[in-house]
Amino acid sequence: MDPTPGMATARIEAQTEGESRVLRATGRLDTEAAARLWPTAMKAAEGAPIVALDLAGLEAIDSAGAVMLLTAAPDAELRGAPDHAVALLERTRKALGTIPPPGPPAPWHPITAIGRATVNRGRDTVAGIAFIGEAVVTTLRVLTRPRLLRLADVLRHLDEVGTRAFPLTLLLGFLIGVILAYQSSIPLRRFGAEVFVPNLVGISLLRELGPLLAGVVLAGRTGSAFAAELGTMTVNEEVDALKIMGVDATAMLVLPRLVAATIAMPVLALLMNVAGLAGMTLIMGTLGYPWASVQSQLQQWLSLQDLAGGLFKAACFGLVIAGIGCRAGLSAGRGPRAVGDAATAAVVGGIVAIVVMDGVFAVLFFRLGI
Amino acid sequence: MANEPVIRAEGLSVRFGSRTVFKDVSFEVRRGEIFVILGGSGCGKSTLLKALIGLVPLAAGHAWLLGEEIAKEDDRARRALLRRIGVMWQSGALFGSMTLAENVELPLEEHTDLPRPAREAVASSKLGLVGLGDAAGRLPAEISGGMAKRAGIARAMALDPPLLFLDEPSAGLDPITSAGLDKLIKDIARDTGTTFVVVTHELQSILAIGDRCIMLDKDAQGMIAEGDPRKLKAESTHPTVRAFFRREAA
Repeated sequence: MDPTPGMATARIEAQTEGESRVLRATGRLDTEAAARLWPTAMKAAEGAPIVALDLAGLEAIDSAGAVMLLTAAPDAELRGAPDHAVALLERTRKALGTIPPPGPPAPWHPITAIGRATVNRGRDTVAGIAFIGEAVVTTLRVLTRPRLLRLADVLRHLDEVGTRAFPLTLLLGFLIGVILAYQSSIPLRRFGAEVFVPNLVGISLLRELGPLLAGVVLAGRTGSAFAAELGTMTVNEEVDALKIMGVDATAMLVLPRLVAATIAMPVLALLMNVAGLAGMTLIMGTLGYPWASVQSQLQQWLSLQDLAGGLFKAACFGLVIAGIGCRAGLSAGRGPRAVGDAATAAVVGGIVAIVVMDGVFAVLFFRLGI
Repeated sequence: MANEPVIRAEGLSVRFGSRTVFKDVSFEVRRGEIFVILGGSGCGKSTLLKALIGLVPLAAGHAWLLGEEIAKEDDRARRALLRRIGVMWQSGALFGSMTLAENVELPLEEHTDLPRPAREAVASSKLGLVGLGDAAGRLPAEISGGMAKRAGIARAMALDPPLLFLDEPSAGLDPITSAGLDKLIKDIARDTGTTFVVVTHELQSILAIGDRCIMLDKDAQGMIAEGDPRKLKAESTHPTVRAFFRREAA
């Protein structure tokens, strides 16, 4: 309602008429007046019922004013109300009449909640297994019909997953190398074993930290992007459109991402290793150990097996992170919130998965003597 | 001043890069009327609406809303002016993390001192008004496109603005809901004196609710007709206007 100069300030008061009461409103009853008078109106509503609203002195009213009067006196008759007020009040009364009364809050039973969570988790697991099965079947189909795999998409994702992550990976790797070298030199110096810092850092990076940290970069940077992109496509019904057109959505959307991440991850892990070793070498130089000494330690203690094992793990991490990201996106619900949820699920799921897998690999490599 | 037009547009032009969407569009909207901006797809109807409310920069021309030129206002005056304007977006533009009731309550919370029960009651009444009284607790993701549009109208009306812009309010709605919405717009305009600017190409709605209209044309890059839509339908000799109202293929 637009302000009109010269109108009186709104007032309301309850007046007794025999055993019942009348609520009188005067002046300009707009939103600001309703905000000011709401407690007065609600207080007036307590006690004997209000049978009528005397609106003869009403100059203007908006919907907040109407709601206030009808909340205080829902069934009261209107007296002396101007035509515009009658229309607004009747329309508001009708609108408020369509609101169902609030039901009792749903009781919370722990057993029901646990059961529901278990069933949901079970459904998620089944859907995850179905997704893996679908990906495997599609991969087998692609092996017999390579045309199904869109090379252009694979290259695009390789660029996004790999090339564009190089600077971040190099920076993180270098800093991790610097930090590890400094931190490990402190205890080793006590035993006069500072010379073994390259061995410690080298093995840590090649076998564990290189693949693991590259995996964290991939999960945060790419897993979430896959989930958000596919989630948006799901929300916009683009995935449904693909299915209805007879296009294999897994071959078109999932497989190129899986292939790209599986190829890019060992490269990222390798870069992380190289940058980390460079950082470590720099610090060793500042501690008085020349490049030749560092190189000699690394050559003696690191084997190709260490590097190959780490890169194999990295490829597996890439496959799993991309799979989790794609599945999170394709199983997104509706609305923009669903896309955010899918991205979160992809990052959290991806990081948890690679840590769990790393533990499994650690046991496996130990048993196999790798 | 009572006789001052609610909207005055003079020589409006909008360009995106080198592409001119429309040029030299001038019109006035009077208080309490339902003014329709119509035209075929891609002619710049929604862009004109956004230009009027200051979301799209004007390449040329001036637009006054409620007597004030939005492009020249400082932040505080602009905010005060925007409080007196309601906009229903084409898709509803509801906030996905809020229930419908919370969506409608948001402008009340931001711009008024109403206590929470009052805000809830006003939001309920607005949702009831558009037939969504029983869906107040639902999230936008849980409702249909038509319901989202109606909730968008409820949110636009939350502060009882004297000027309401509706972008394609009845597009995609079933005929009964669409007719109900048309009636609602007419009732609100009649009872409250609210001025409506409706962007639409729904012929039935235009003829049912429009007091006056302007028609934009993509080829002409501007306005090709202005007046009472019923008169335009009956009397216009402009080939595009005739084709539009008679649903003839170009």
